[in-house]
Amino acid sequence: MSKDEGDIKEVDLSKKVEDFLQVFKKGEEFTQELLKENERLRYKIVKLEEDIRAGKKGSDNSQTKLLKDTISQLEEEKNYLTNKFREVEAENKDFAARYVEVEEENNNLANLYVASYQLHSTLDVQEVLKIILEIIINLIGAEKFALMVLDEEMNELVAAAAEGIDKRDIPNAKVGEGLVGTVAKTGESFFEKDLEKKRDELSEPLVCIPLKIKEHVIGVIVVFTLLLQKKNFTRVDYELFSMLAGHAATAIFSSRLYAQSERKLSTIQGFLELLSGKRK
Amino acid sequence: MAETYNFLVVDDSPTMRQLITFALKRIHNCQITEANDGVDALKKLSGNKFSLILLDINMPLMDGLKLLSILRGNPTYNDVPIVIITTEGADADREKAMKLGANAYIAKPIQTNELLKVVRGFLKIDE
Repeated sequence: MSKDEGDIKEVDLSKKVEDFLQVFKKGEEFTQELLKENERLRYKIVKLEEDIRAGKKGSDNSQTKLLKDTISQLEEEKNYLTNKFREVEAENKDFAARYVEVEEENNNLANLYVASYQLHSTLDVQEVLKIILEIIINLIGAEKFALMVLDEEMNELVAAAAEGIDKRDIPNAKVGEGLVGTVAKTGESFFEKDLEKKRDELSEPLVCIPLKIKEHVIGVIVVFTLLLQKKNFTRVDYELFSMLAGHAATAIFSSRLYAQSERKLSTIQGFLELLSGKRK
Repeated sequence: MAETYNFLVVDDSPTMRQLITFALKRIHNCQITEANDGVDALKKLSGNKFSLILLDINMPLMDGLKLLSILRGNPTYNDVPIVIITTEGADADREKAMKLGANAYIAKPIQTNELLKVVRGFLKIDE
């Protein structure tokens, strides 16, 4: 190889090195630019992430608050409704109890009404006595009992009607003597407390109710035994006895007065007819 | 249209008939016929259809048990519920009536609620 050829090759080589260096420099610049860009972008990403995080947290907080408010409102409503439900439930129980009471009272009043209505439905003495017996057997549940009326002349009580026992078997009771006579004298009702007690039926009755017009005793209802299924007296029984004490007395009294007046009327009519010459 | 219930109340005591009638009137759309003994009841039964019969045992002319056996022997009244209401509270009396075909047995003195419960039960009426 000649010297010229060697020089030319050296120039080409140095040019190539220079070109390479330039390319390398450009590559270095480009790399640095890329690195800067990368750093800038990373910074931007971090910032955006922070922004996003901050934004989400804010929205979470407000939503949580909203939900919490709704929950507490619902809780309040639930408590209110639970309390209201309890109140209504208690009221319902109270109403149910009162309904039963009113129903019972209604039934008792119906019994009393029917008894009173029947007692005053007739002016016939025998019918009145029959109705009194019916009330005592059907509404109270007595098995053996008697209705004793006062014979004012003899001052003693005589059985005018009886059920479950022949009235002729019932001894008369002098006013003030024995249980029946004492009830007639004092005007105070007698109720045997121990209904299971062994006793002599006729001389130790279970119940004695004086029949009174104001304070005047005209008779006594005497209950000797109760029906098999009747184990004790209920509130309405006492009310019926109390009603009988007054209403049965007035019913008997008025029917007797009516019978007397009818008798007198017929006597007077007979007398007038005799005077006017219609009768001979 | 609401169903009408026809009741026949057979008892010789007007007080009892009135009391039972009072109780039954709490059932809407009901008609009540009263009879004072078995014979009277048979007269009132002829030509009439009753939803339920309430029957006393101790009555003059024809007692409740006699009437009960007549009614149960007649196909026309075979399926009519019969409720006995009586002062006879012994088990033997109850069994006798149930054997003859009574559907229920109530001993006097009656409790209105008990009576209505039994009647409503047979007629499938809600309170």
